[in-house]
Amino acid sequence: MPLTILIFVPLLGAAAVLLQSDERTIWNSAFIFSLIPLALGLYLFAGFHPNQAGYQFVEQYQWIPQFGISYHVGMDGISLLLVLLTTILITLSLLYSGGGDIEMRPREFCFLMLFLESGLLGTFLALDLFLFYVFWEAMLVPMYFLIGIWGHGRKIYATFKFVLFTMLGSLLMLVAIIYLARAARSSLGYLTFDLADLYKVTLSSTEGRWLFAGFAIAFAVKVPLWPVHTWLPDAHTEAPTAGSVILAGVMLKAGAYGFIRFAIPLFPSVAVEAIPIFMALAVIGIIYGALVAMVQPDLKRLVAYSSVSHLGFVILGVFAFDHQGVEGAVYQMLNHGLSTGALFLLVGMLYLRRHTREIAEFGGLWSSVPVYAGVFMVVMLSSIGLPGLNGFVGEFLILLGAYLSLKVAVYFAVSGLILSALYMMWAYERVMWGPLTKTINATIADLSRREIAVMVPLLALMFFMGLYPRPLLNRMEPSVDALLARVHNAQAQMQRERILAASTFAPGSSIGSWLSFTPRDTSE
Amino acid sequence: MSAFSLSTIGFSWLPILPLVAVSVGAMVVMLVGVQVEDEDSASLGFLALVALLAAFVLTMFELGQNTLAFHGALAVDDYAVFFEAVILIATALTVAMSLQYAADAALAGAEYYALVLFAALGMMLMAAAGDLIIIFLGLETMSIAIYALAGFIRRDPKSNEAAIKYFLLGAFSTGFLLYGIALVYGATGTIRLEPIRAALASGIVANPLLLLGLGMMLIGFGFKVAAVPFHMWTPDAYEGAPTPITAFMAVGVKLAAFAGFLRIFTANLGAISTEWTKVLWVVAVLTMTAGNVVALVQTNIKRMLAYSAIAQAGYVIVGMAAGSGHDAGGAILYYLLAYAFTSLGAFAVVVALDRGAEAHDEIGDYRGLARDHPGLAAAMALCLLSFTGIPPLAGFVAKFYVFAAALNAGLVWLVVIAVLNSAASAYYYIGVIVAMYMQEGGVAVEQMSRRPGLLISAAVGVAGVIALGVYPQPYMGAAVAAFVSALGRPPLHAVSMLP
Repeated sequence: MPLTILIFVPLLGAAAVLLQSDERTIWNSAFIFSLIPLALGLYLFAGFHPNQAGYQFVEQYQWIPQFGISYHVGMDGISLLLVLLTTILITLSLLYSGGGDIEMRPREFCFLMLFLESGLLGTFLALDLFLFYVFWEAMLVPMYFLIGIWGHGRKIYATFKFVLFTMLGSLLMLVAIIYLARAARSSLGYLTFDLADLYKVTLSSTEGRWLFAGFAIAFAVKVPLWPVHTWLPDAHTEAPTAGSVILAGVMLKAGAYGFIRFAIPLFPSVAVEAIPIFMALAVIGIIYGALVAMVQPDLKRLVAYSSVSHLGFVILGVFAFDHQGVEGAVYQMLNHGLSTGALFLLVGMLYLRRHTREIAEFGGLWSSVPVYAGVFMVVMLSSIGLPGLNGFVGEFLILLGAYLSLKVAVYFAVSGLILSALYMMWAYERVMWGPLTKTINATIADLSRREIAVMVPLLALMFFMGLYPRPLLNRMEPSVDALLARVHNAQAQMQRERILAASTFAPGSSIGSWLSFTPRDTSE
Repeated sequence: MSAFSLSTIGFSWLPILPLVAVSVGAMVVMLVGVQVEDEDSASLGFLALVALLAAFVLTMFELGQNTLAFHGALAVDDYAVFFEAVILIATALTVAMSLQYAADAALAGAEYYALVLFAALGMMLMAAAGDLIIIFLGLETMSIAIYALAGFIRRDPKSNEAAIKYFLLGAFSTGFLLYGIALVYGATGTIRLEPIRAALASGIVANPLLLLGLGMMLIGFGFKVAAVPFHMWTPDAYEGAPTPITAFMAVGVKLAAFAGFLRIFTANLGAISTEWTKVLWVVAVLTMTAGNVVALVQTNIKRMLAYSAIAQAGYVIVGMAAGSGHDAGGAILYYLLAYAFTSLGAFAVVVALDRGAEAHDEIGDYRGLARDHPGLAAAMALCLLSFTGIPPLAGFVAKFYVFAAALNAGLVWLVVIAVLNSAASAYYYIGVIVAMYMQEGGVAVEQMSRRPGLLISAAVGVAGVIALGVYPQPYMGAAVAAFVSALGRPPLHAVSMLP
């Protein structure tokens, strides 16, 4: 029962908020309703058995039996951490937004935020592909309203782009899902959308490639991977602060999560074949995102492009198919959620005071708002991966894992790391240091108590995750191993077939063996 | 239920009691209408609602009988009941939407409500037809009433244009249908559907005469369901007709036409489905694509919904192209059900903004609706999201069901084209939501408390959209059972779709 409560309490809260009319009550009740899933998430974290493989707190009920569709939810180490990230960021976003960032239509805003939380939690917990798709699409709607109603500037353009990109990807995934269920009927004898059953489906290699493509496009748009990232800068920049925080902090993770939970384990052999493609796209994303971020005059756009770069690391780690690499990727998902979420909050706070995000408008803020500048410093260092803070752990693990399987990619990716230090510090320098050129900047207020309350938990988590990653890595370990076992099985199978083919026919050189793309077997 | 069983009572006219109820209702409305001023026509509307309720109850008594009446001219099966029930609901909501609208616009109430009831009669006849002549009869009864209703605002040139266009093209298409029926009769020697199916199933080869007849009928139905390239009348007729009648055309006419179309092709010509599914493949692609692409550039909401209705018909035809398995049939029926509720909900909101004399049917008029009328805007948004196919709403499950059936029939490319179309359609559906929620400066809407009929219509539409989306299982079961009954086989009780 806990997972169902977790998913639907925010929805209940959303309904409750709609009935309120007093602005203060709306913010308070929304905040309280967001605390319940947070508390429940912590409770689940405590009750989670770290060494147990497979899903925990599983619930399954019939939903549409004609199609073999059930309400099937469960939690493993990876979804546990993403659920925690979601609940933390939603709570903090609501806390922040109540402090003056959102003045127009607070009731609708809180309704949509809580609705969004339901969708996100459902996405991370669904174990039935139909159910997953329902949550996956349902979370699109509140985000679309959040950007469109409370956004800035070219918000309408941004919403359209966001919706059309993501819809196109997910509808193709829907076709793939239905096709897969149909294949399940011919290979298992019954129609099912259940993930565990679909793992057992055997497909021809052509079918597998097309279906993997259907899933991968949907997830790649969400991640976003270069070259389908173009919706991201617009959506992130025009969204209200809380929208950007959730979009970057949680929603992008849904894309990477989709790869880990669905696309790769459902089609492991295709995923192995696709390693070069994804590594290349990830590396391009890392460098491209960093280079474009460097030349942004707008602070928020800079953070948005840095997301493209950071998520490239996540994909690099996932497709390393190495214990360290995948763990690092999941860890990096959490890091990015915290640090980019925090960055968007900080940029939002600045915007609230000055109504501009142009870097050129600032300079010398260190002397007028020291607390703000200090917090910004920590967050920035976390984002660029300073040892001792969270970002370092994830990036180090990813590079370690990827280095063992694909050295070339790592050489390029490391340059992305250097670039990220460069653009972040450069931006920091221009905003915080130097002389106070604009007199108006001398008069802006430092962080309010509410804003400090928003930032402190984030900073604490950054230090905690940087210094003591063990409890989190522990919990995701069995899930990561299960994923890798599937991939390595498929790899071994392909190896056997290749040897068989080579012994009967003339020795051919596939691209994979030629470039030695084959990941190291870590089953020692 | 057994008390009403045909075999025990033996009254062969029992199956037409619902039809009788509707036509008697229409005549009573006309008689009483003589005494009623046009400004007070709402009372006639209530009379019509009573007749429709009676017909609905009588229809429900026919559930599960699955026999033929009048020597095979009428089918008393779950298929007929399914469509009749939806048609009656749609008619009732049309009347409910009209109550204030007709009085405000001083439309001639007696004729208006009587024509609506007669149109409903024709629709029900099409749903329950057991032979080709009854289908034709139903089609004409419905069409003539609708032609008149489309031009009901006599002083409005747009309304006149709607009626003339609809009438000319409609009459033309009826000619095709009738010619097709004649050719099929020539080829098979019968107009009854049952013997035609039996003959085809026993291996009579599809001869050129039969195929030509089928082609003609396809064109005739293509006009009525507004499939491309026979859709030209739709936008003008939808735009010019009184708005509640537009809703009636979008839901009632479309459903009735599909009821006849499916009854003939999917249910009874399944044995030679290879002859017609390929044509429908092409028609489906054209209909979806043309409907969606042209809808993208519409600025008038009624025209936009007209093109959207064309595109929606395209998705239904995707299901028809999947042949006549009972998963395909069930999927189509479910789709039509979802479409009916979604359209009714959306049109109720359109009627709410439309005050007869001054039509507020530009999309720009919807700007800022969410601020003044959050309920109306939310209803419209839900219906539009359902049209787009966003879960967990009716439109999503319906699309899922149709796509599953089509994939099951191996139509992978058709489904890919269909989902690309769905993605494109998001653009214009969301454009209206953008106007309602993210822009300012539309028209002021009259207080809704004066118009309970409209509120109820919108509420029923939205309730259907949510119920069909969140818990689709019972309705899926009903759709499959209905379709299977039209195949002349015993009803399946433990229904498992996609066997």
